[in-house]
Amino acid sequence: MKRVVITGQGTINALGHDVPSTLEAMREGRCGIADLDIRDVERLSIRIGGQVRGYSPEAHFNRQQIALYDRFTQFTLLAARQAVSQSGLEFCGDLAARSGVVLGTSGGGMNTLDENYRSVYEEGKNRVHPFVVPKLMNNAAASHVSMEFNLKGPSFTVATACASSNHAMGQAFAMIRSGLAPAMVTGGSESMLCFGGVKAWEGLRVMSKDGCRPFSANRNGMVQGEGAAVFVFEEYEHARARGAEVLAEVVGFAMSSDAADIVMPSKQGAARAIAGAIRDAGLNPPDVGYINAHGTGTAANDKTECAAVADVFGAHADRLMISSTKSMHGHLIGGTGAVELLACVMALRDGIIAPTINYDEPDPECTLDVVPNEAREAKVEVVLSNAFAFGGLNAVLALRKI
Amino acid sequence: MSESVKDKVIQIIAEQAVLEVSDVQMDSTLEDLGIDSLGLVESIFAIEETFDIQVPFNANDPSESDFDISSVASIVAAVEGLVAEQQT
Repeated sequence: MKRVVITGQGTINALGHDVPSTLEAMREGRCGIADLDIRDVERLSIRIGGQVRGYSPEAHFNRQQIALYDRFTQFTLLAARQAVSQSGLEFCGDLAARSGVVLGTSGGGMNTLDENYRSVYEEGKNRVHPFVVPKLMNNAAASHVSMEFNLKGPSFTVATACASSNHAMGQAFAMIRSGLAPAMVTGGSESMLCFGGVKAWEGLRVMSKDGCRPFSANRNGMVQGEGAAVFVFEEYEHARARGAEVLAEVVGFAMSSDAADIVMPSKQGAARAIAGAIRDAGLNPPDVGYINAHGTGTAANDKTECAAVADVFGAHADRLMISSTKSMHGHLIGGTGAVELLACVMALRDGIIAPTINYDEPDPECTLDVVPNEAREAKVEVVLSNAFAFGGLNAVLALRKI
Repeated sequence: MSESVKDKVIQIIAEQAVLEVSDVQMDSTLEDLGIDSLGLVESIFAIEETFDIQVPFNANDPSESDFDISSVASIVAAVEGLVAEQQT
């Protein structure tokens, strides 16, 4: 089996438009969640979110591109440009033919859907723009990344709700590990902060009106975010041979299905994925120093996740750190695992553990060290990133310092 | 008026539980009736649509919500309150 390393990373999200600004916000425990600035917000009962601010598509794309790229595709391309640029890779010849792009998203071009439903249903128009379908399709972002960077190998999009990016990155990892591809561009993106997107989530009554407080006893639901994070995963010897800077090693991945309930999480399903990722990495639970939690801030997730971690780690559960950066950037649904992997890489490279902010009150059902409110310096060798989706589909990645 | 609120709420709950209206007792809990968390959220949606009201309910912590769902009677009373509030 080949070893897999990360040689590039990029992002745009509520905390920043690139990796350095995002990591700085995480180190400072800054909150990117604020009042939503979207059309018809007065008809929503949930009016906060982790929106990308100060973003103008015209600064990055020309008119033709904007006509063709939904917001989730734009975010993906910006993150991919940063990642590929950092990696220093140029995809041509055999490398291009064998390398691909696997991305996660849950809603795909939700803004495009929203705008065009409005136009035909609300405004009664009988004609829509010719690019509606290529703009809204879930694989649009992956396809545009493949075109911009000449990636001609295995490429597709994974949709497993809140676990989409972790499933996507797990696929990229498996492809390089098995020798199928020398490098993969991978991660995920989401942009659902439009009237229809938020309204749909409101219906489920799991959203907070006032903030995301994972693991805190006074938490009252999740808060949506938007944005993207994209990574370059590369075969270790390939990266070494060209003298690339290696950010971290991807050492394990596991997925599981609860096969139980369409929305309620399962401790057993989560625990199987966590234990599976550690086993896949050839490691033992005590090796893990930090977990980037799924930590949505809902009553159900946070207590189930803590119970699963306690089950897998036993006494070591009280020694490891587990934080939810969703408290800062919100829940990016299909893109969330990708943005959260940035915090994992920061933990390994910089020895800084991103905090769970907005932590007010201990919850007897969440008694782990959630790195409350302030980032912490700590040396960790192995980290995990959890993602547990609606539909009971779980995906956990394991990374190691290199 | 209050009789009809009660009847309509019981109809909604019975439909959700796939039971006859006569099987829904005022002291039944939703658990007794086999209504799970998704069923509850659906019932509240039906109540809001039927009475054109906003029910203050957060699925994260039903016990902390202002809307008491501990029994059929408490739900009926809460809906009657919301309907009366809306008419004033």
